[in-house]
Amino acid sequence: MSSITPAEAAAGTGAGAGEPGEPRRPGRVSLGGLSLNLRSSGIYIAFALIIALFSVLTDGALLQPQNISNIIVQNSYVLILAIGMILIIIAGHIDLSVGSVVAVTGALAAVLMVDMGLPWPAALAVTLVAGGLVGAWQGFWIAYFGIPAFIVTLAGMLLFRALTLTVLGNQGIGPFPDAVRTLANGFTDGYLGNVGLGPLGGADLFSLLVGLLAVAGMVAAQWRTRRSRAGYGQAVDPVPLFALRMTAGAALILFLVVQLARFKNLPWVLVLLAALVLGYSLLAGRTVFGRRIYAIGGNLHAAVMSGIKVKQVVFWIFVNMGVLSAVAGVIFAGRLNQAGPTAGSSFELDAIAAAFIGGAAVQGGVGKVAGAITGGLIMAVINNGMSLIGSPSERVMLVKGAVLLAAVAFDVWTKRRAGTAR
Amino acid sequence: MTDQTTDHILRMSGITKTFPGVRALQDVTLSVRRGEIHAICGENGAGKSTLMKVLSGVHPHGDYEGEIVFDGARCEFGGIRDSERAGIVIIHQELALSPQLSIAENIFLGNERSRRGIIDWNRTNHEAAELMRRVGLRENPVTPVADIGVGKQQLVEIAKALSKRVRLLILDEPTAALNDEDSAHLLDLLRGLRQEGITCVIISHKLNEVTAVADSVTVLRDGRTIETLDMAGGHVTEDRIIAGMVGRALDNRFPPHEPSIGEEALRIEDWTVHSPTQPGRKVVDGASLTLRRGEIVGLAGLMGAGRTELAMSVFGRAYGTDISGRIFKDGRPVRIRTVRDAIEHGLAYATEDRKRYGLNLIDDIRRNVSAAGLAGLARRGWVDEREEYRVAEGYRRSMNIKAPGVSSVVGKLSGGNQQKVVLSKWILTEPDVLILDEPTRGIDVGAKYEIYTIINRLADQGRAILVISSELPELLGLCDRIYTLCEGRITGEVPRREATQERLMHLMTKGQEQPS
Ligand SMILES: Nc1ncnc2c1ncn2[C@@H]1O[C@H](COP(=O)(O)OP(=O)(O)OP(=O)(O)O)[C@@H](O)[C@H]1O
Ligand SMILES: [Mg+2]
Repeated sequence: MSSITPAEAAAGTGAGAGEPGEPRRPGRVSLGGLSLNLRSSGIYIAFALIIALFSVLTDGALLQPQNISNIIVQNSYVLILAIGMILIIIAGHIDLSVGSVVAVTGALAAVLMVDMGLPWPAALAVTLVAGGLVGAWQGFWIAYFGIPAFIVTLAGMLLFRALTLTVLGNQGIGPFPDAVRTLANGFTDGYLGNVGLGPLGGADLFSLLVGLLAVAGMVAAQWRTRRSRAGYGQAVDPVPLFALRMTAGAALILFLVVQLARFKNLPWVLVLLAALVLGYSLLAGRTVFGRRIYAIGGNLHAAVMSGIKVKQVVFWIFVNMGVLSAVAGVIFAGRLNQAGPTAGSSFELDAIAAAFIGGAAVQGGVGKVAGAITGGLIMAVINNGMSLIGSPSERVMLVKGAVLLAAVAFDVWTKRRAGTAR
Repeated sequence: MTDQTTDHILRMSGITKTFPGVRALQDVTLSVRRGEIHAICGENGAGKSTLMKVLSGVHPHGDYEGEIVFDGARCEFGGIRDSERAGIVIIHQELALSPQLSIAENIFLGNERSRRGIIDWNRTNHEAAELMRRVGLRENPVTPVADIGVGKQQLVEIAKALSKRVRLLILDEPTAALNDEDSAHLLDLLRGLRQEGITCVIISHKLNEVTAVADSVTVLRDGRTIETLDMAGGHVTEDRIIAGMVGRALDNRFPPHEPSIGEEALRIEDWTVHSPTQPGRKVVDGASLTLRRGEIVGLAGLMGAGRTELAMSVFGRAYGTDISGRIFKDGRPVRIRTVRDAIEHGLAYATEDRKRYGLNLIDDIRRNVSAAGLAGLARRGWVDEREEYRVAEGYRRSMNIKAPGVSSVVGKLSGGNQQKVVLSKWILTEPDVLILDEPTRGIDVGAKYEIYTIINRLADQGRAILVISSELPELLGLCDRIYTLCEGRITGEVPRREATQERLMHLMTKGQEQPS
């Protein structure tokens, strides 16, 4: 029975649907000759689909100038937290305390600025330093004492909420100085006046120029990176895919800027956020420090044996998280014009969800700042879109939970198909 | 040939398996006779492990093309469970034991001896003891696996396989991590299993073992079957197998080397290390040794003699507690308290356990190669990606790492190629003193030659090299001087021309009862 020649066997089984001449590439799809890596671009495609879905459901209200501005301003603090959180998750840790740190730093800022009447730049500086100290406190226990981050930051979540309540009692402190409110809630001035955009009406020239500059900068930087990588033989996206990505990015930025310019110019928090995203993307991707974070999350033992000062790196990413939490704390308080005892509750969950929706791996070692931001924006659009169509909050929660689960499941699935996880 | 004359328990035919960008197997055929020991040989990345993963359902039916006929029945395994039900059990290159669980618990992991969901401990330990007797493992069944050596852990894996009523046992490089004694024991065990009618497929780079134990040898090269050799009659030599593996004859196993020995580079005096887990136990006991520039020094010892512990404790106290002793670098006393200190003082240690201590498996070749020497590729904290790429690409070429490019993920490379990445990573740090712990573990003969050449070249550049190896022929062929370590103490120092296997073996076992 078993005397089958190889030729017959190969013809007889019909095991592979794929053509024998072409290695099959799991986790990739072909789109009109363009081959896309689903795992790394899936999140951006999902984001586009969700925007399209809610634009239809809301009859276009989602993309109205004022609504776009709202989405950004209302979610800026969670996005800022997500930036710090993704670094921590890449290193294989977690931070549950950020919501409480937002509250306590907001309260501190309020005490300094409102009760004590300190000039706002000084008060802001003190608050950021305090945030750093909070991070140092937690980083010490985690990195140097060896207590799991989950425990330390769970304790921190309670500790810093308790501290907030001690400082504030049961009421809020406000109002904040104008400068802080402008940062949190305000817009750039129309330095160069308006221009007419035909049927779209008048728009702020300065905002438009900033937008164009951003597009030019993005394309130039990406092109330079691509060219130099190709120059030393590293695999790069083929030109059509590169062009597609650049066009999509440019279209997104320009659309955003035009809509904002038609409304009230650029929100200051958007400017801040853009700077943070750019800075932290470079930190994660291009610096020695960033590399070390990935190395630690990828294999802690190997990182130690490579001479990486693991404790130091972990300590500093928690300090960084503390500072970013303080930034978010001031902005949140400034936007509400009052520091309240319940500020920031469940922000940690939003930030963590953003990171995981954005492609971070639970085991650490994987993730991108841009991914976390996109993850945060996906949640923001779902929140906003569903409230526009009047969904009750329990349904919003349900959908967000399902999206988080689906995103991680998709990630695990593509990984398994690619054959890395066994 | 008909079924009457040769009774094949297994036939794999037309097996083709592709990974993204890599064709690991192409139209591979493998026929294994009932009750034989069948060896599979081939260079690193030839596809040996992949073929066995196809057979055992790790790569399930539908993920590959071709046909598997086991015991007359066509098989379409959807996973390991299916193949185990058919009687095929695979023991992977990396052992899959749970270190905190006992031997008995590990043997019945996933296959617990229980009644109505409650584990029957009596039966578990009793049956475990019986299986352990069969494999010749003299230990208490309740001992945690972490507390026994690698050789014994390997036996636990085999006992585990036996508990599943195995008919075809696949061992992927079972002796790679074993010393000669443990290897010999394991091979005897395989012969015993053959008596009991269990068929074995064994993957090994140790060709002396292959010629000693195998009834047939199938040679793979670049994902294709080259030939199947019948070992009966004993006229198939190691060189014959090598010729099939590399496609040409290899005249010499060791490249010729004239050492030019210079100044002392590293001296360790009175080095004592205590076990971090067993208080009071000295793992290394008053060891002293000297390494000179341009010299290749060997460190021989049995499993558990403390070779790795000695090396890791010197390398920035990466192992052990309560360490005492002195280190002199270039004649001057130095304090090395962290791995970073060690690297800054020009030390490098390439680990024997690449998956645990050597590599970030989810990252690519480039970033693994640069992990320890990144500072040299960066300016003011910014990584010079172009330079990093150039360097990594250079190592991929010069070390002959088989991968489509340096952006390949390291976890997907074959074992031997992963080892080359570890070596590249440490050579990049430009060390004065390079400690290589089992540098050719799991590496094929051709690549071994390449690695020996690289080691010689590094020595000629004036570096001091310490090679830890369980293969005495390797130490004899490569080293200018050999220290022996026994139970944490240096028991001998033998120059190359006076060294023989017998002499080293004697020194390595000194302090133990000499078998008469
Ligand atoms: N999961 C995977 N994804 C992608 N490529 C893989 C995967 N597993 C194996 N390969 C590739 O398939 C080829 C064969 O690998 P395999 O592990 O079978 O080699 P091997 O003969 O066992 O080598 P070694 O002696 O070094 O263990 C290699 O080129 C390897 O990089
Ligand atoms: Mg292998």
